[in-house]
Amino acid sequence: MHLSRYQTERIAFMVIGSATLLTVAPIIIVISAIFISGAEAISWEFIVEMPRDGMRAGGIWPAIVGTTYLAIGTGLISVPLGLGAAIYLSEYARESAWTRTIRVAIVNLAGIPSVVYGLFGLGLFVLFLKLGSSIIAACLTLSIMTLPVIISTAEEALRAVPQSFRVVSIGMGGTRWQTIRRIVLPQAMPGILTGVILGLNRAAGETAPILFTGAAFFLPRLPSSIFDQTMALPYHLFVISTQVPGMPLQIQYGTASVLLVFVLTMNILAASVRSWQRRKRQW
Amino acid sequence: MNPEDGTRVMTTTTRKSTHRKPLEILLEALVRVAGYSAVVFVALIFIFLMREALPTFNEISISELFSRRWYPIEDYFGTLPLLTGSLVITLGAALIAVPFGLMTAVYISEIAPRWLREFLKPLVEVLGGIPSVVLGFLGILVLAPLVREILHIPTGLTAFTGAVLLAGMAIPTIVSVAEDALDTVPKSYRDAALALGATRWQTIWRITVPAARSGVLTATMLGIGRAIGETMTVMMVTGNAPQIASGLSAIFMPLRTMTATIAAEMGEVANGSVHYHALFYIGLALFLISLTVNLTASAVLFRARRRSERLLS
Repeated sequence: MHLSRYQTERIAFMVIGSATLLTVAPIIIVISAIFISGAEAISWEFIVEMPRDGMRAGGIWPAIVGTTYLAIGTGLISVPLGLGAAIYLSEYARESAWTRTIRVAIVNLAGIPSVVYGLFGLGLFVLFLKLGSSIIAACLTLSIMTLPVIISTAEEALRAVPQSFRVVSIGMGGTRWQTIRRIVLPQAMPGILTGVILGLNRAAGETAPILFTGAAFFLPRLPSSIFDQTMALPYHLFVISTQVPGMPLQIQYGTASVLLVFVLTMNILAASVRSWQRRKRQW
Repeated sequence: MNPEDGTRVMTTTTRKSTHRKPLEILLEALVRVAGYSAVVFVALIFIFLMREALPTFNEISISELFSRRWYPIEDYFGTLPLLTGSLVITLGAALIAVPFGLMTAVYISEIAPRWLREFLKPLVEVLGGIPSVVLGFLGILVLAPLVREILHIPTGLTAFTGAVLLAGMAIPTIVSVAEDALDTVPKSYRDAALALGATRWQTIWRITVPAARSGVLTATMLGIGRAIGETMTVMMVTGNAPQIASGLSAIFMPLRTMTATIAAEMGEVANGSVHYHALFYIGLALFLISLTVNLTASAVLFRARRRSERLLS
């Protein structure tokens, strides 16, 4: 049998099209399945109450607060550091062996398995610096993990600002720092924000890095200081779906839904910042 | 626009005309330090892994470290089952994720109409944002029972189940990197092929994909790197039995990966014990594997960029 090239094309497109369908259909099914099953569990009480009866009843408030703390704490550390690194790479550094080393390091940081970050956090922050298993140790660990995301998106956003903007500012007598502060940063802000949201999103969803650095199995109260342990949504979902026998399915689906809402909201936020940026861009 | 030229303009002007305030000098110094931080952190991670992992070599002989039994309670520290576990699951995930990921990338970048493209791209990004515990959770509740019933095996918590979910985690990486690569193939290449009478498929298969091949290769490697390092999903759905994978049927049996071993056992070991050091040794091995994968991937990309610069200039 000999196929004409148009028949080949039709077959090839069909195969690729169905492969794509097989890839994306499960995403939609999975997300809607979780929300449908979780909707029954979610109520005001489920959100704002402490867990009771060995987590088999009550709400997940400490886990929600804990994840929020972790995301904010991570942001406080990784955003200034990541933004600084991006400014250095885009505005100060020239292409050299040294900047190439920095870039390779960033790529490698992005590729290190999350559980290895957990080990590192345990070795450096928890034990060596004697911070103990605490919010601060978990935030420091998560910060280093999110750093590459923030650096690369922020650097991309800074580089997208046209060179002429800088030249004009310098020509008007602005210093280099004034140029960055008043001209380049405001122009790049939406892009930077997108990166920050995506980075913190990753921090909020990760479990492995906080396993040994600050996550509490069960803590029916809110953490009282940054040296306290905390519950966190992803770790809580792990615990109730694998470690606690006789866990009502409803609570499991409810927790998964809350975590997904958390993460999807951040994703949508990042996407809208990006499209808003495209519309208001002045170049 | 060449960023190099601008930088040079800025440095010369700055030197001539400005009186920098002390605050600016301080801020610029801080920015410089932040710039170096990535290198410092990679070094710190390496140093601290080494610090805790090196005692392993005094405590456990090399031959024992590569023996076939991992049972720390009775002082068996053979990492071979964990290594093969990681290999089997990663290979399985790659066999699923690479073809599906690449085909999806080709579809999104070359075949899909514009409206569909605008819908599919964010959807794949959403998949990338789903936390691994959520996938593991679904694996336990939905996929594992399905696998057990369809294949009539005693448990659905198998390497295969893990591989399917890991593929789901690797696909977003593969799709976005490969799609970027396809996107950067100059439009003139496609126009030329179509003008010569090639069908759209011939253009894709003979021109666009080969022109983007280094990006496609990088996508594959980064996706596989993601799969090796994934922890929570595999810990939840692969059954966690540290046994050596032998033969093809191993894919439908419970296995245990390196990452899952660290995550599952580190919480219970005494700091400074032999077991503790052994887990750090596994972590060091994972670190070195990811370093190798990423260095190779960025070397391929770097070479490809130089080549395309030559071609286009």
